Amino acid sequence: MAVCVAVIAKENYPLYIRSTLTENELKFHYMVHTSLDVVDEKISAMGKALVDQRELYLGLLYPTEDYKVYGYVTNSKVKFVMVVDSSNTALRDNEIRSMFRKLHNSYTDVMCNPFYNPGDRIQSRAFDNMVTSMMIQVC
Amino acid sequence: MDASQEPLPPVIYTMENKPIVTCAGDQNLFTSVYPTLSQQLPREPMEWRRSYGRAPKMIHLESNFVQFKEELLPKEGNKALLTFPFLHIYWTECCVTCSNRITKWQNCVFHRDAEMDAQDSSSCGTVALCMESLSQIVCSCLCRCVVLSDPLKDSSRTQESWNAFLTKLRTLLLMSFTKNLGKFEDDMRTLREKRTEPGWSFCEYFMVQEELAFVFEMLQQFEDALVQYDELDALFSQYVVNFGAGDGANWLTFFCQPVKSWNGLILRKPIDMEKRESIQRREATLLDLRSYLFSRQCTLLLFLQRPWEVAQRALELLHNCVQELKLLEVSVPPGALDCWVFLSCLEVLQRIEGCCDRAQIDSNIAHTVGLWSYATEKLKSLGYLCGLVSEKGPNSEDLNRTVDLLAGLGAERPETANTAQSPYKKLKEALSSVEAFEKHYLDLSHATIEMYTSIGRIRSAKFVGKDLAEFYMRKKAPQKAEIYLQGALKNYLAEGWALPITHTRKQLAECQKHLGQIENYLQTSSLLASDCHLTEEERKHFCQEILDFASQPSDSPGHKIVLPMHSFAQLRDLHFDPSNAVVHVGGVLSIEITMYSQMPVPVHVEQIVVNAKEPGTYTLRQLCASVGSVWFVLPHIYPIVQYDVYSQEPQLHVEPLADSLLAGIPQKVKFTVTTGHYTIKNGDSLQLSNAEAMLFLCPVESRAVVYSNTREQSSDAALRIQSSDKVTSISLPTAPAYHVIEFELEVLSLPSAPALGGESDMLGTPEPHRKHKDKQKTGHCMVTTDHKVSIDCPWSIYSTVIALTFSVPFRTTHALLSSGTRKYVQVCVENLSELDFQLSDSYLVDTRNSTDLQLVPLNTQSQQHIHSQQSLFFVWELTWTEEPPPPLHCRFSVGFSPASEEQLSVSLKPYTYEFQVENFFTLYNVKAEISPPSGMEYCRTGSLCSLEVLITRLSDLLEVDKDEALTESDEHFSTKLMYEVVDNSSNWAVCGKSCGVISMPVAAQATHRVHMEVMPLFAGYLPLPDVKLFKYLPHHSAHSSQLDADSWIENDSLSVDKHGDEPPDSSSLKSRGSMQSVCSGEHKGLPMPRLQALPAGQVFNSSSGTQVLVIPSQDDHVLEVSVT
Repeated sequence: MAVCVAVIAKENYPLYIRSTLTENELKFHYMVHTSLDVVDEKISAMGKALVDQRELYLGLLYPTEDYKVYGYVTNSKVKFVMVVDSSNTALRDNEIRSMFRKLHNSYTDVMCNPFYNPGDRIQSRAFDNMVTSMMIQVC
Repeated sequence: MDASQEPLPPVIYTMENKPIVTCAGDQNLFTSVYPTLSQQLPREPMEWRRSYGRAPKMIHLESNFVQFKEELLPKEGNKALLTFPFLHIYWTECCVTCSNRITKWQNCVFHRDAEMDAQDSSSCGTVALCMESLSQIVCSCLCRCVVLSDPLKDSSRTQESWNAFLTKLRTLLLMSFTKNLGKFEDDMRTLREKRTEPGWSFCEYFMVQEELAFVFEMLQQFEDALVQYDELDALFSQYVVNFGAGDGANWLTFFCQPVKSWNGLILRKPIDMEKRESIQRREATLLDLRSYLFSRQCTLLLFLQRPWEVAQRALELLHNCVQELKLLEVSVPPGALDCWVFLSCLEVLQRIEGCCDRAQIDSNIAHTVGLWSYATEKLKSLGYLCGLVSEKGPNSEDLNRTVDLLAGLGAERPETANTAQSPYKKLKEALSSVEAFEKHYLDLSHATIEMYTSIGRIRSAKFVGKDLAEFYMRKKAPQKAEIYLQGALKNYLAEGWALPITHTRKQLAECQKHLGQIENYLQTSSLLASDCHLTEEERKHFCQEILDFASQPSDSPGHKIVLPMHSFAQLRDLHFDPSNAVVHVGGVLSIEITMYSQMPVPVHVEQIVVNAKEPGTYTLRQLCASVGSVWFVLPHIYPIVQYDVYSQEPQLHVEPLADSLLAGIPQKVKFTVTTGHYTIKNGDSLQLSNAEAMLFLCPVESRAVVYSNTREQSSDAALRIQSSDKVTSISLPTAPAYHVIEFELEVLSLPSAPALGGESDMLGTPEPHRKHKDKQKTGHCMVTTDHKVSIDCPWSIYSTVIALTFSVPFRTTHALLSSGTRKYVQVCVENLSELDFQLSDSYLVDTRNSTDLQLVPLNTQSQQHIHSQQSLFFVWELTWTEEPPPPLHCRFSVGFSPASEEQLSVSLKPYTYEFQVENFFTLYNVKAEISPPSGMEYCRTGSLCSLEVLITRLSDLLEVDKDEALTESDEHFSTKLMYEVVDNSSNWAVCGKSCGVISMPVAAQATHRVHMEVMPLFAGYLPLPDVKLFKYLPHHSAHSSQLDADSWIENDSLSVDKHGDEPPDSSSLKSRGSMQSVCSGEHKGLPMPRLQALPAGQVFNSSSGTQVLVIPSQDDHVLEVSVT
């Protein structure tokens, strides 16, 4: 169960960011933003290898006491960042990967919408619902 | 080895541990070979094949040789591996009795193992060392007997036997390891499988598996040793997770004791015996267990040269511990964990620094910076907790808390007691005073920021910087906080993160307020007031801040705070009135601006006025809304908004109302005075210098109207005009600048008698006299006259010259008509204008008043209507009393007025036309006749008919005949004429010569007859072909060539004569159009005779208008039938 899901443009501004706890929203924004440091680092460190292996999952970016931040980058350098509660020990790497894949699929659907301008903030009910399902359901 | 006599030393768990091998038998003998043995044993590696498919390893073996005692043999149930004797050796010199002694020893050794199965007996290797002579015997009775020959000698045989001995020893040791460790592992697994049973103890199991780890460590198999700890780690973690899921194990409650000590990780000793014993005693807390476990992992990882993994695992561990304590709901005093984490972070960092050089550390900051950051974070929260981050310092409650926290640290460990910068000392110092805390916190923060920055983690650095800013704000040092807040804000703005922007901005606003940066504070406030991520309440607060400031009486009046507008309001719409955005100097241009306020409360904004002073194009570049002493400025307006300011000189325009002015009748012209920058005062007037042939008429009730610049009528006044002989003065009504005065006057161009008609040519179409050749168009172009008026305007010392062009509405032509000898003059008046006119009182008078000539009018009506584009004809018969009549010089005049107007204020002058008519007396009568071929009643198409032309002289010699063509012979005069038959309508084909020159006697009734043949080409009543008559003049000068010319004429006249006398034959058809050859000069070089047309009045064609009936030929083939 993710507590925060973010889609970040190639230029590092948020295309979509939603968190479960509204009172902690700011904290998650900071967290996701700060995690971009590691995303950048990982992309530049193993950028070529990633492309070659078609490995989009960046793994754990940024552990904190309470949360774990995971990253994923699409071929077009759009980043997905997911924050999960550290206490949620049931979530393993594989589950995180599959959540990212679902997110990516849903994002692809958003991009396929002819009325969506790439680069705009994502305002899609389908995408929202998918993110909601990720936030509620224990994958 | 002489430890044999001493009591067994306690097992020290150090790297110095080696597998135990017992020695029995001849101690002296062993002592003598020991040095070589201990030196040689580890020299060569042995391959250690492992059970469970683990990869084989090369291993260097070492052993701890101890004297055999029965106590060394493991007692039942003792699972200790470190004290386990892996091999027993019996040393003896070879002798007869040694066999017995060995057996006795063997019995002793194996007695303990009796309960083990047979295989296990091999675990105790037995080596008998024998002297050579008896070796065979010994070996035969003891399978595991090895003979070492002359061990202390230096011979090849000795070497060989040593090698064999060592190999055997190593093999036996490994066999023992494999066997004993395998058994141990099996036991251990069995124990682990029982973990679900009640009473199972993790601590007990921990000790067992650690025993294995120790052995691996002893064998330098650190990887294997680490695996044991990792397994224990995972097992424990799983228990905690399960406990969290409600599946609790009883033993775990031991670990849930309240945390009482938080002295952090201790990584400087290979084994923390204190903690280990507490685990062994089952008294360890979760932190104890975790700390111990990690210290062991750390030790092994450092042996494995993996310090960065230590750092990474440390961070995971610390996070994990915090989570586990939370999960297990362990009671932790506030701040205790912060202390523990802080100490642990520093301990790990110092431990890593202790085993790496600077360069290694610098290139691996990415691995350690997390710990730095974590330590900083924890120190910060400790500082906040203990009241060290405030202006006033800690209160008593804070101090008590601090004391409690320090108590939980206990005394410093002896290992670090001598280290100046030990984590323990740092923490203690940091918590001791506000200043010390600040120093340590700043050190850590700066170090962390620097490290983040150095590896490019800018966002992380900014985030730590924000914490630092918060700290400075708490410490009332906003000047230090500002740079960090600005830095962070810049970063968030650059990447467009709205919530962090809002939050940081809010912090910055507070900082700026404290710093007294009024302008910056207000600017930030305006941004926050319009920030939709803030609550309505907060927005109102920031808006109020601005309004409060704006309403304050300013210290220095006129001092304005300029803020960007975009956050305050948005420009939605801007338009000019007038919308073309053009205004004259001093005029008013209104701008309507629609702004969308972003403020949460209504804000009163003062008006914006644009002043235009000088002509030119102005661009509205900035928009400024002022609220008290605060100006909100929009620095750029896009798209560009421009307006024009112009200055205009006063101008006078005079233009006709109609397309063109007509001469002779009153016409309206419009006067337009554009005042421009000039103000028309009372008494200002226009002075018109009168032109001679043009009058300005002022219609009654004529008014001048004053319009504003936007064509709105502002006033009107009666027009006052005073005229004298030379000047017409028009009084202007008063009018302000940039207004327009309009009024209408009538002008009348007096028709000046046009000098026309002087030349009366025979075609009767005098070339009209035109002043403007460029206006001339073929057909209906009117003759024009220009009148120039000089007008003095009150605003200028120079006169304005106005040119008015009048068109003469009529074109007049005259013609002389003949009927035999009677003559008529016809005048045609053509109305070229668009107006209808009434013509009256037409006269034609002889200007010479010659008594010989009389003009008899044949016109009936005195008044006639002439419509636009129509013509009227006037005819007079010309009679004379004396022959020949003199030339007629006459003037035609006709009164005219516009047909539409009933009454005219002025009497109009008539239209006149002068012309003259000469040589109108008829000299020749030409008569042509066509007769059908003989025997035919009618002419037929295609058949030749006879054309007879009769030229008759009507008078005797007259003055007009005296020209070059006149010849005199025998008192008889004759002149040369040329006739030409032309049928322009192609009704007739003239056969033979169509022209000829005849010598015409100049005498009354002299007649010349010409015959020709013509062929009608069509049927019907055909007009006769034209017969034209010319005067045939010899060439001008050349008297010398008279002969030639005559001879040529002779020839020609001969042919003419022939022509005249004989009917032309068919061959002469070729000579048709010889006329051209005459003119174009076939005889080059010869002087050319000239043809002169006779004046129209001198020749009368009496057969003109006659028609001949031609009937169609009966030949069918002539018919052309075209079928389409």
